[in-house]
Amino acid sequence: MKFLNKLAAALILLAGFPISAAYAALTIEIVGSGANQIPISVVPFAGENALPPGITAVVAADLQRSGLFKIVDPAGVKPEPHDPAEVNYPDWRARGADALAIGSVLPRPDGKLEVRFHLLDAVKQVQLDAYSYVIDRTLARATAHKIADQIYEKLTGDVGVFSTRIAYIVKSGLRYELQVADADGYGAQTVLASKEPIISPSWSPDGTKLAYVSFERKKPIIYVQSLVSGQRQVLAQFKGNNSAPAWSPDGKQLAIVLTKDGSSQIYLINADGSGVKRLGYSSGIDTEPSFSPDGAAIIFTSDRGGSPQIYRMTVSGSGVQRLTFEGNYNVSPRFSPDGKSFTFVQRVNGSSFHVALQDLASGQMQVLTDTRMDEAPSFAPNGKMLLYATEIGGRGVLAAISSDGRVKQRLSTQAGDVREPEWGPLLK
Amino acid sequence: MKKVLFSALLVSLLAACAGQDVKDQPKAAVEDRTATQAGADAKSAGQQSVTANPLKDPSNILSKRSVYYDLDKSDVKAEYKPMVDAHSKYLTSHKDAKVAVQGNTDERGSREYNIALGNRRADSVKNMMNAYGVSNSQIETVSFGEEKPRATCQEESCWKENRRSDIVYQGE
Repeated sequence: MKFLNKLAAALILLAGFPISAAYAALTIEIVGSGANQIPISVVPFAGENALPPGITAVVAADLQRSGLFKIVDPAGVKPEPHDPAEVNYPDWRARGADALAIGSVLPRPDGKLEVRFHLLDAVKQVQLDAYSYVIDRTLARATAHKIADQIYEKLTGDVGVFSTRIAYIVKSGLRYELQVADADGYGAQTVLASKEPIISPSWSPDGTKLAYVSFERKKPIIYVQSLVSGQRQVLAQFKGNNSAPAWSPDGKQLAIVLTKDGSSQIYLINADGSGVKRLGYSSGIDTEPSFSPDGAAIIFTSDRGGSPQIYRMTVSGSGVQRLTFEGNYNVSPRFSPDGKSFTFVQRVNGSSFHVALQDLASGQMQVLTDTRMDEAPSFAPNGKMLLYATEIGGRGVLAAISSDGRVKQRLSTQAGDVREPEWGPLLK
Repeated sequence: MKKVLFSALLVSLLAACAGQDVKDQPKAAVEDRTATQAGADAKSAGQQSVTANPLKDPSNILSKRSVYYDLDKSDVKAEYKPMVDAHSKYLTSHKDAKVAVQGNTDERGSREYNIALGNRRADSVKNMMNAYGVSNSQIETVSFGEEKPRATCQEESCWKENRRSDIVYQGE
């Protein structure tokens, strides 16, 4: 943070910056940026051509997408430094870079590659960080994301989320696909394809499974599917509807919504589908449960007061308390990763839907987005960004916004509607 | 190409696993056998003797299956009561008949909240049937929420078509 404080504050609005998407299902466009941008130069690593698509292009794109960095073009500095001893700091200060990432990719006798990386403070002229990774050739992107995470964490003080993944649904014609992709939209894989709707994907806390709701048997049924083996099992198929799965932080249970006893109510069920237990009792609709990070509380949508609002209760179903009071349609709550706030969707003026953020201690609420048909917000695991679904030109797209509302991104596919995103957990 | 192959492989894997649900709960009575499309009625009507089945006879009120709702509402309006009562009468006199009442909503708002709202709409039809004397064992209410719109334009003319419950008989 000290490093950041020393930097001059600069508000630089980036023009659209579409990232090349030859192999991507999702293209990301940045439509805003942070107030404090750290100027950093990412110098092409020696030998990185051996590792397509290279390392530094991916690192720079990650940092730029976060909105917190200004990428300083390294072109023209001769010779290009790849080791701290080769750095002539005045070159970089003259270009306005406060930080410098350099490195090299070295072939090893066993066929693997060694990626060496140094992060330098160009103002103090000291090394801030250095790492070495021994990798297979196929792991170029993953390694680049790790390096971007190291830079982000060192320079902003927050955990980087460039190595995480996202899940979402693509609808193309009559086909629905549950897909998982890297947080930058690359490497999309189809987890499930169906002719019937799929909604509400939910990541297990360890990132190895997805729970979701599928209509393949003509009604909503909850499945849990392993991303490792591809195998899946029914979690809940009781009479009526089975929907809105949310994992407990320890991964042992899920909160789900069933109608087997009447109206939509929240239940707990073990992750293997055993031991279903009713949690709440209301005469109205209770749905969209979300666990607090400590597992002690659940926030949810209920219309027990006459309109859908956000409520909180303990994980045993007691101490129900209403949290939202502004407006007559507040839905889809999610706890922030630090448990201090929650995001939700608010209907404004009866017709537009926006992502909002509310502080739990003060009750203070802030509408974050200016998009109009927002749905299903979820936090990045560092709490700094929110991923949500919206509509642009009548088509479903994903969008992301920083929790301070400044940085905005749009993610879209070449064809089809994208919806129901959920940002996955940090992988240990 | 790899991705396509991977997907295809995964889908066939899934198909293979689909039959092996770990839970062995009894299947809900009408599951898997309900009509999938609103158009199914009309299609099968052509294949059967119309007079043999009052549920398919266009001149019989039993061929009417849909209840429509106002925005955010789930109460069954008076105009639909004769139709729902006719189905109740049929069900009380045909104890082996079973129906799914499928609730739907328009596309606006939360998908999960809309599942719940669609269910409440289906429940309102079920409650009316229960009041008439139809046994719960003959009715399953399910909700498609906003997921299976009959009309797809993004304006009220379509939205009102989609705020709907459908009565679907087992086997249709």
